[in-house]
Amino acid sequence: MNDPMAKPKEWFQGGSLVWPLLGLVALLAYDFLFVDGFFRLEVRDGHLYGTLVDILNQGSKTMLLALGMTLVIATGGVDLSVGSLMAISGALVAVLVTQTEMSLAMIVPIALAATALLGAFNGVLVSVAGIQPIVATLILMVGGRGIAMLITGGQIVTFEHAGMVYIGNGHFLGLPFTVTLVLVMLLVTSLLMRKTACGLFVEAVGDNETASRFSGVSTRSVKLAVYGFSGICAGLAGLIAASNIKAADSSRVGEMMELDAIFAVVVGGTALTGGRFNLLGSIIGALLIQTLTTTMITQGVPPAIAPVPKAIVIVAVCLLQSEKFRAEIGGRFGRRASA
Amino acid sequence: MRRFIPVFATFAVLIALFATASGMYERFFTARVIANLFSDNAFLGITAIGMTFVILSGGIDLSVGAVLAFTMTFIASMITDHSWHPLVAIPTALIIGTVFGGTMGFLIQRYELPPFLVTLAGMFFARGMAFMVSSESISIEHDFYTALQDLKIVVGPKAKLKIGAVIFLAVLALAIFVAHWTPFGRNIYAIGGNESSARLMGLPVASTKMLIYALNGFCSALAGAVATLYMGSGNPAMGVGLELDAIAAVVIGGTLLTGGVGFVAGTLGGVLIFGTIQSALIFDGRLNSWWLRIAISVLLLIFILLQRQLSRFTKTSRT
Repeated sequence: MNDPMAKPKEWFQGGSLVWPLLGLVALLAYDFLFVDGFFRLEVRDGHLYGTLVDILNQGSKTMLLALGMTLVIATGGVDLSVGSLMAISGALVAVLVTQTEMSLAMIVPIALAATALLGAFNGVLVSVAGIQPIVATLILMVGGRGIAMLITGGQIVTFEHAGMVYIGNGHFLGLPFTVTLVLVMLLVTSLLMRKTACGLFVEAVGDNETASRFSGVSTRSVKLAVYGFSGICAGLAGLIAASNIKAADSSRVGEMMELDAIFAVVVGGTALTGGRFNLLGSIIGALLIQTLTTTMITQGVPPAIAPVPKAIVIVAVCLLQSEKFRAEIGGRFGRRASA
Repeated sequence: MRRFIPVFATFAVLIALFATASGMYERFFTARVIANLFSDNAFLGITAIGMTFVILSGGIDLSVGAVLAFTMTFIASMITDHSWHPLVAIPTALIIGTVFGGTMGFLIQRYELPPFLVTLAGMFFARGMAFMVSSESISIEHDFYTALQDLKIVVGPKAKLKIGAVIFLAVLALAIFVAHWTPFGRNIYAIGGNESSARLMGLPVASTKMLIYALNGFCSALAGAVATLYMGSGNPAMGVGLELDAIAAVVIGGTLLTGGVGFVAGTLGGVLIFGTIQSALIFDGRLNSWWLRIAISVLLLIFILLQRQLSRFTKTSRT
């Protein structure tokens, strides 16, 4: 592949927060000017309410998925199964909460362990069997919802468990609890990636797998770990999704979420070819999508049509990252300058 | 010989499945059930054929379900709400689908963007456009359309092929011809085998890649038209997950996901396996439809691992 380091304008490529931040600021500026009361915040019962808080709360699932997806994409892979894994964790929790006497401190780890194992199964297919990631994770994407249905017996399982309801609807320090959840996950992941050698291993595998293997990096374990981690993130997002509606709806939950997560990562400046990654960028990317969605809803755009602008943004971002497109644009500017 | 093994495996699985179902359920092994396999899975089959070409070239197209939904809604809306003649509405829809696919192909080829990402965006776009045309299902009422829907070929006692099945079989025959007896088909295999070698051989890689996606756009749109004939309406929420079914049918049909190896006829096997499991579940009545998902993903896993083993053997025997 092309060496991004050789390019003078390397801030175009992965590693920079400029572009996603610029997009987010531009969008928020639009909202500030044209959407009435977008920035209005109020405090009720010691909790903060407002559109901005909604964006943080609603975007928490995409942010969590994007964290896991960032590491997977950094190794040169992709995980299409996250939506289905969300369904599985939601189904497991709903069934365990309603049909057993177990405490939440048992149930949540069980659900997360299950999605972590399924994620690791993706990892085995990718690293041991050598299947391309799109295909390997497609299997669970297709079958995962079936497994979730199997767990719930094909029904929508509703629950009233106070602890479970709190995860997606409760408040902590005045903000929705989901915000804390995302922050903790971001902090833990960042520390793990930047203060230990883990991040180096992930980037090495994504940059050049063969070279990493020859220099003693266990590429298999790295891949197993990132897919497993993506499974955990999906499991957490599934908990929130189930908690939001106080039910496990295995056929609908997490639909299209994998796309939002990939979108967030790409917009956030992590290249799909692998290598360098940017966790904070992915979080900002996820916020960007959520803001876009929320803006459209407040502007009266039906949610069903919302994918159209999303599609245009994602193609535009990809074009900006494409060497050839930039060469063409640059060439045109260059010619104009010399003329 | 080795390259035929996956296709043999496909048809062996199909026969085994069909035999098992025939043994388990009365009246399963009848001309009517077999004819219905083609009628009920016509639109899946047509998208799967388009997908076969894309996958043979080493690409992937996730937009097919959304394009199908758009075409269905477009045709239904034009005929019912804008009183277009079906003979105008359908060709217009086919042209839109082809141009849409071609545009995605252009972005993929010209700017070297990853196919799955571009077609993912295409999926968002087409799905949104479908809902923009109409947010609800529109039923089609037109005499000519009803006449088209009633066309059928009687192939046995109580067994008839509906127009959708006939179109499916015609597309299949044409696709087999294109894949194996035309320069375009050979170019697809060459690109899927090794794109840079194909380019060095002087093959028209750029135009072929664009054409493949345009062709798949056409197939998706045609599948949409067939789906309206099958259901008598256009629904913007139709075909969610169809891309996965189509990819699964292609892979179970023995086409290598890395491209370059596979047969269009194998895809027919994949589609029929899909249909057979579905029919068996309906015949049984006790099992839920999500067993179809689980069965398909298990088959998908087995076939992918089988292909992996085969390609490993081929590599070691060559060196």
